[in-house]
Amino acid sequence: MTLVRPALEGATERPARRQTRRAGARSPYPTWFFLPAGVFYLVLFVVPTGASFWFALTRWNLFSAEFVGLANFQQFFREPALVKGFVNTFVYAFLTSGAKVVLGLALAVLLTSQIIARGWLRSVVFFPVLVSTIGVGVMFKVLLDPFDGAVNTVLSWVGVTGPGWLTDPSLALFSVALVDVWKGVGLATLIYIAGLVAIPQEYYEAARVDGANAWQNFRSITLPLVRPATVTVVLLSLIGGLRSFDLIWTMTRGGPGFSSDVIGSVIYKQYQAGFYGLSTAGNVVLFVVIALIIFPLSRWLNRKEVTL
Amino acid sequence: MNRTRTLTAGAATLAAALALTACAGGGDEGGGDGEATSLSVYIDSSPASVALWEGLKAAYAEENPDVTIEVETHPAGSEGDNLIKTRLATGEMNDLFWYNSGSLFQALNPDQNLVPLDDEEWVGSIDDNFATVVSTDTALYGAPVGASFAGAVIYNKTIYEDLGLEVPTTWDDYMANNQAIKDAGLVAVAQTYGDTWTSQVPVLGDFYNVEAADPGWAEAYTEGEKKYADEPALAGFEHLQEVYDAGFLNEDFASAVYDDAVRMLAEGEAAHYPMLTGNVASSIGENYPDAADTLGVFPLPSSVSDDNGLTVWMPNGMYIPKSTEGAQLEAAKEFIAWLVTPDSCAVQAETTDVGGPFVVDGCELPDDVPALVSDMQPYFDSGDTGLALEFLSPIKGPALEQITVEVGSGIRSAEDGAALYDEDVVKQAQQLGLDW
Repeated sequence: MTLVRPALEGATERPARRQTRRAGARSPYPTWFFLPAGVFYLVLFVVPTGASFWFALTRWNLFSAEFVGLANFQQFFREPALVKGFVNTFVYAFLTSGAKVVLGLALAVLLTSQIIARGWLRSVVFFPVLVSTIGVGVMFKVLLDPFDGAVNTVLSWVGVTGPGWLTDPSLALFSVALVDVWKGVGLATLIYIAGLVAIPQEYYEAARVDGANAWQNFRSITLPLVRPATVTVVLLSLIGGLRSFDLIWTMTRGGPGFSSDVIGSVIYKQYQAGFYGLSTAGNVVLFVVIALIIFPLSRWLNRKEVTL
Repeated sequence: MNRTRTLTAGAATLAAALALTACAGGGDEGGGDGEATSLSVYIDSSPASVALWEGLKAAYAEENPDVTIEVETHPAGSEGDNLIKTRLATGEMNDLFWYNSGSLFQALNPDQNLVPLDDEEWVGSIDDNFATVVSTDTALYGAPVGASFAGAVIYNKTIYEDLGLEVPTTWDDYMANNQAIKDAGLVAVAQTYGDTWTSQVPVLGDFYNVEAADPGWAEAYTEGEKKYADEPALAGFEHLQEVYDAGFLNEDFASAVYDDAVRMLAEGEAAHYPMLTGNVASSIGENYPDAADTLGVFPLPSSVSDDNGLTVWMPNGMYIPKSTEGAQLEAAKEFIAWLVTPDSCAVQAETTDVGGPFVVDGCELPDDVPALVSDMQPYFDSGDTGLALEFLSPIKGPALEQITVEVGSGIRSAEDGAALYDEDVVKQAQQLGLDW
């Protein structure tokens, strides 16, 4: 039953929308009623979006823009840091969303079971989501300092020499990804908790009668039935991971060197340097890349949901 | 009918919105006719700049009670660059602004955006070097406010005395000194890659040596004929790598920040730090007044020429945007004329810790400058100084600091780093419309 419900909702919603559009003339609001929102939308969203596609094709220094065709895109893909940035973006996005799915589900299972101080524990897990990303970045930069940072100090008590979390080029990206997971796992957990409590207890009771153990319960009931939550978590964290910038910028600025650069930070550096056309081209690339990944993925995930 | 009305209403709303924005844009104080009473100046928000301008503002108020100077700040660095460019592009710049000379000044499209100042009386009294870095082919646009400074090696004189070392004039001598300092259990060279910008100084400060070994290098570089991947310019990158390979750096070089290095120098933990004298002079003034006599300076030694001289940076310039007109313009020009007098220099020396000589005739340094600054004077007196590359060529790649961090911490070799930087500057050349 629960499985069919989202599909049904979608089905009832679509004809309804089509109807309103056809019934435009009979709308209860006069046309001018839409104008303020329309102007707002036009000036702040449509015009800049359109303009960015144009400026991506120009060499633009804010004073004048010279049309250069696709040269910016050519240049952007020749950018030495970009290849690294692309790879890093995907590593970062898939790593963080994977970890959020696994950890989020595990935490949600824990936090929906009968444990002491459940409400308090739930809020503790969710708390990092509420803190500003910049604040988290600055705090962890201090904590992860290789010499005076709390993390390595604690490690040294047990005789371990901690690595340069943010200064070792092979570690920096993973350190930031870990912090991202710490900050974002609360939201994933919340979504999973909502998904878990929506699973009717009857399935578990029936399984118990059939003699299923805990793992079989989880594998055959929880995991398939919590799929809508998984879809949401994967999409949200993947989009977040692909356009990640703030945490990386506050913690490493893409460094040391270019070792933790992602597409977002490469674009920002071009903008900082005054290459406005080039950085706009970068944003168009980012837009296309996210769209190319998320649209098919979203369709695929949602179709699975319906046919299941 | 219905459709026409909608369109008209839409157009009216749009027009109203545009009119509103236009009003907001034109909200510049004063302006127009009559005697100007207030001038607005746009400066960066670093504490030293704010202190300097508070002093200048107060001093000018005494001289000229009719005119009030108002100071508005913007963040330093590239964020500020963008604000300046945006304000100039939209015609909303303050009456005057204080901004870098050299390549950053050139990036403002001066001919299009700034008021030429060639005909002002004070032009003859400013240093020729400075005049070139605030001029385009057509006109001069800026007046100096602030002192020059050098990119060089700051060293601890006490350590040199204790170990019996002499100021090195060649790269080999410098490396021998480093070895002796390391053997004595001290940090030979402090580096602070936690603040990435500091990593560029060994390369940028080496430019005197490049130009000495190959006169005219900067010009050929602008034309795309000379590259960092070749000697003599490659030496700067090689030196970064050599110092790292020899293990002369402080243990925490990858995470340390600028302040850490100044502290290490002032407290005698480290002997050398390649840095800008202007920054260190103000750090001494603010935090380590006791180190005023123990910290000295010598030019980055060369491995490609026998010359030994300082690479010098010019102070910021004062510029007037074309949007300043009428009485405001007259008042702005009068203010600038005062800024390049010895009176104004005296105020500047008093309110800030200058990192080098002034570039205005008749402006002398006070007697109590730290040793760091007095060490520089002989090079100026003998003419052994040269401008940094950013004043001779508009070409500067944005990724230099990342590349120098990589070379300086063993992630990338000097040759690779220099070649990568040559790639990086191509973008700047294209942006400037140069035919490379």
